[in-house]
Amino acid sequence: MAKPDDPETRRAPEVSRRDFLRGTGAVISAGIVAGSEVLQAKDTSAGAKILGPDKVPIALRINGTTKSLSLEPRVTLLDALRNELELTGAKKVCDRATCGACTVIIAGKPAYSCSVLAIEAQGREIATVEALAQGGKLHPVQQAFVDNDAQQCGYCTPGFVMACKAFLDKHPNPSVEQVRKGLGGNLCRCGTYVGITHAVLQAAKQMKGGRAHA
Amino acid sequence: MQPLDYVAPRNLAEALGLLKAKGDRARVLSGGTDLIVQVREDKRRVALMIDVKRIPELMELRFEAGRGLTLGASVPCYQLYESPELVKAYPGLIDAAELIGGKQIQNRASFGGNVCNSSPAADSIPALIAHSAVCRIAGAGGTREVPIEDFCVGPGKNVLKANEMLVSFFIPSPPVRFGAHYLRFIPRNEMDIAVVGCGVSLELSRDHRKFVRARIALGAVAPTPLLVESAAALQNQEVSEETIARAALAAQGAARPITDMRGTAEYRRHLVGVLTKRALRKAIERAKEA
Repeated sequence: MAKPDDPETRRAPEVSRRDFLRGTGAVISAGIVAGSEVLQAKDTSAGAKILGPDKVPIALRINGTTKSLSLEPRVTLLDALRNELELTGAKKVCDRATCGACTVIIAGKPAYSCSVLAIEAQGREIATVEALAQGGKLHPVQQAFVDNDAQQCGYCTPGFVMACKAFLDKHPNPSVEQVRKGLGGNLCRCGTYVGITHAVLQAAKQMKGGRAHA
Repeated sequence: MQPLDYVAPRNLAEALGLLKAKGDRARVLSGGTDLIVQVREDKRRVALMIDVKRIPELMELRFEAGRGLTLGASVPCYQLYESPELVKAYPGLIDAAELIGGKQIQNRASFGGNVCNSSPAADSIPALIAHSAVCRIAGAGGTREVPIEDFCVGPGKNVLKANEMLVSFFIPSPPVRFGAHYLRFIPRNEMDIAVVGCGVSLELSRDHRKFVRARIALGAVAPTPLLVESAAALQNQEVSEETIARAALAAQGAARPITDMRGTAEYRRHLVGVLTKRALRKAIERAKEA
């Protein structure tokens, strides 16, 4: 859901949000003062540089290519993908590390992109659902979701697909119990879990058949 | 989300210098599964996030058989259960690592973060108490060690001063005929906050008939996770259903639960009895196999 400070709702650049806030009451400005104090302290030590709160250059390895961006340190990987890179496969649903709709694969492991800062994801291989289909052909996990009617409204689906992909890479011969446990980090409000379980088992069989998508 | 600064120091001294300079406006970032959500929801004001995942001590995972495990505060949960020797040596910790959130959480979240978040319902803490973990804390004035059962002082509150940080846990190597278990009650199958959590560890005599020692820890039934002091009385007691029932009563006596959205105080006290028995039975089974 959109909040006032949500990057999705603060795209109009004429007056930056921070400029606007500078003119408002004392309660909010306390946070800004803290920010500018930090700014003054920069470069005083020989160690790692303090970055922010304004935009800094950030390079992300996404689906095999390096993307150079300019982002504030507070921007999450999910917001960077959706708002800066137009990769809207990962969905913003709970935005609080609970539902799994924003799942991407970071360095081979599924992660909630809503609770990873883009700045800390630098230097790691990030895979999103957009990279799964190859040459117009769906990945076996995607095809299995279609074949087993493993979605209803579809909002949780890209996150589920990525969680399934990461799960099957690690467990090529899963039991139903392992599937349930392995996908416990994704929620479907429509309740399509039975279809999803079937889809995972089908995809497991097909992925063992060929390494085309490995 | 609040505007914030970010820094990723590469050594402990640098991180401590930053904490000293920024005080309580700075916050240590590990997996971020609690912190990033709290900052976004304005439950915590943070001007500077100090990402400590590049500091070697925080990412250390070193097991010396016969001595113990050094578990860096930022080591993600999955690294525990992906290590066969840790699965064997620290069953209670593994139980907790496998049920904190789903896979996506376990791939990021650390025991150190879970402990510093200091929720009374934190899953890692009763397991760490059962395994007699010690917290290694670093500050500007040097380092100190605090037993895990003394780390939390209230909901969301702990012994860390503004210029201190948790660096690692030291968890002694278990003796022979040792078993441990952590379990919790939640109304769902996955991804929930404990209504009650219970961690136990025990050591059996050579003939498996007596307890050499036992520890029982509870979560979500007091302002902080609890060590049940009276469980020390299990020493030299016979391994029997009767003794287990007495231990469950002792645990119920130690619990000081409240009524909230997850359950009434009465319900929680009942669960303490049920979970303590289950945890002890499982730990005994594991000790016999060990």
